[in-house]
Amino acid sequence: MSKPVSLGLPAPRRRWAKLPRPPLAVALAALVLLALIGMAVFAPWFTHHAPQALAPALRLKGPSAEFWLGTDAYGRDLYSRIVYGARVSLTVGLGVAVFSVAIGLPLGLLAGYFRTLDALLMRVMDGLMAVPGILLAIAIVSLSSAGLATVMVAIMLPEIPQVVRLVRSRVLSAREEPYVEAAVLMGTSTFKLLARHLMPNTLAPLIVQGTYICASAILTEAILSFLGAGIGTETPTWGNIIAEGRLYFQLKPGLVLWAGLALSLCIVSINLLGDAARDALDPRMKKR
Amino acid sequence: MFAYFVRRVLAAIPVMLVVALFVFLLLRLSPGDPAAIIGGDMASPEQLAAIRQNLGLDRPLHVQFFVWLWQLLHGDFSTSLMAHTGVLSMIGQRLEPTLSLALVATALTVLVAVPLGVLAAWRRGSWLDHTVMSVSVLGFSVPVFVIGYGLTTLFALQLHWLPVQGFKSIFDGVGPFAYRIALPALTLASAHIALVARMTRASLLDVLGEDYIRTARAKGLGELAVLFRHALRNAWVPILTVIGSGFALMISGVVVTESVFNIPGLGRLIVDAVLARDYPVIQGMILLTSGVYVLINLLIDMSYAISDPRIRY
Repeated sequence: MSKPVSLGLPAPRRRWAKLPRPPLAVALAALVLLALIGMAVFAPWFTHHAPQALAPALRLKGPSAEFWLGTDAYGRDLYSRIVYGARVSLTVGLGVAVFSVAIGLPLGLLAGYFRTLDALLMRVMDGLMAVPGILLAIAIVSLSSAGLATVMVAIMLPEIPQVVRLVRSRVLSAREEPYVEAAVLMGTSTFKLLARHLMPNTLAPLIVQGTYICASAILTEAILSFLGAGIGTETPTWGNIIAEGRLYFQLKPGLVLWAGLALSLCIVSINLLGDAARDALDPRMKKR
Repeated sequence: MFAYFVRRVLAAIPVMLVVALFVFLLLRLSPGDPAAIIGGDMASPEQLAAIRQNLGLDRPLHVQFFVWLWQLLHGDFSTSLMAHTGVLSMIGQRLEPTLSLALVATALTVLVAVPLGVLAAWRRGSWLDHTVMSVSVLGFSVPVFVIGYGLTTLFALQLHWLPVQGFKSIFDGVGPFAYRIALPALTLASAHIALVARMTRASLLDVLGEDYIRTARAKGLGELAVLFRHALRNAWVPILTVIGSGFALMISGVVVTESVFNIPGLGRLIVDAVLARDYPVIQGMILLTSGVYVLINLLIDMSYAISDPRIRY
């Protein structure tokens, strides 16, 4: 039986017009993130030392007008290294978020729509999810060369199943809707059905999920660099700055803590934006 | 219920098979000679030939997989390149510090996070609620090693209350054990505490509006009894899920925490194995941790059925 149209329908998706003024924390998070992106893109403008420039005579110096946060064990400017380190973190975060959604979305659509494919695909995804992400990433990096692309693939692989599951669950519930049935009866091609009628249902939760993936990818990259399984030490990353600094940690805690602060600020900001996007796009969705 | 348990155990088998297949393909599809990766840089041509023979590299891929699987099922996890001992015995030697760390951290999580979450839900919208919620955002956003070094700076370098690093077995005395495990356990638990506190709050809020809570209050029960005996008991299932699924979170946490605090556990073993390109050890660790992960999920599912009589399968 058909129900009255106004009942049981999800809240209207386009809520931008009614968006309340963002809370202070969210506005701050957006500002911090914009500042970090600006610093990463225009890194040479924000620094006056090359991040790799060695100055053995000036090793482990405290903060000064010349070296704002002091120098590391090789006399390199810690501030410059942290600014340049933002490049790797943000590239990895954004890249992993975009690619894991781009790969997970079609897989999830197919799994949700084709029953036969579903069983097989979801068993593979279950298996992938059973391997702790960090160990999988470590194994992949240790088997191949340690470049930016390898690291991104290694971080992406454990994230994809999350996207697939999310998209699949949305498709499973959307495909029972009358408009999908109507589209099928009208002879809409499967491709068009998936792309035009089913995919839009998945976009709002995907934006939120993508934000969290971005934060988690930045974290995983930092952990990999910290453990020595990230991209090589010649490129400064927040993780390998911390890893190199920990040898002198008891002497100069700043070598570890400043990069840690940048990393934490970045991840907190992205998570706060993710929470705000979730509240705005779909108030009923809870964090995983 | 028994039939359900059997079904769940059977369902875990294909998952583990996929994991095994994945680990297998990872090595075979990676650039380079699998025998050279297994044998390491120091292997002589004779040793490489022996490894090739053992792996059966001349046979078809699916035969290789089943041969390898057969060896695994017989406990043959190959030999470590670093230590020249069996991977399993190596893992066994490193088990105790990691297990101690994980158990203390989990206990800490439950003891801290559940009461905090209950308090936040009980006084919803108060400063206490806001504090718990905002600190918890920090808790799972700030990376484990930053928390570790932050706590070390405060409690070890500034206040001199606790040691900077190190580990003592609990069999050497509870005092020295607790003295050294306190900071690492707190570090490892931090993200976990944040997640569990949030989930406890959310789950409890769902329940607190129910009629039976009003009834419990109406019949004059104290708030503590209402919250812990009536509300928490009904809100327990999602909380348990987070505690269990946090295990994956804990694995990456263990790897990092053991590096920060120089604890000779499984996390250090992995890092050392990565630095030495000791693939047999990495492979063994992946299989083992995935197995434990699947097992824990299995136990959680079963505990639902036991702890919540409303769940029927």
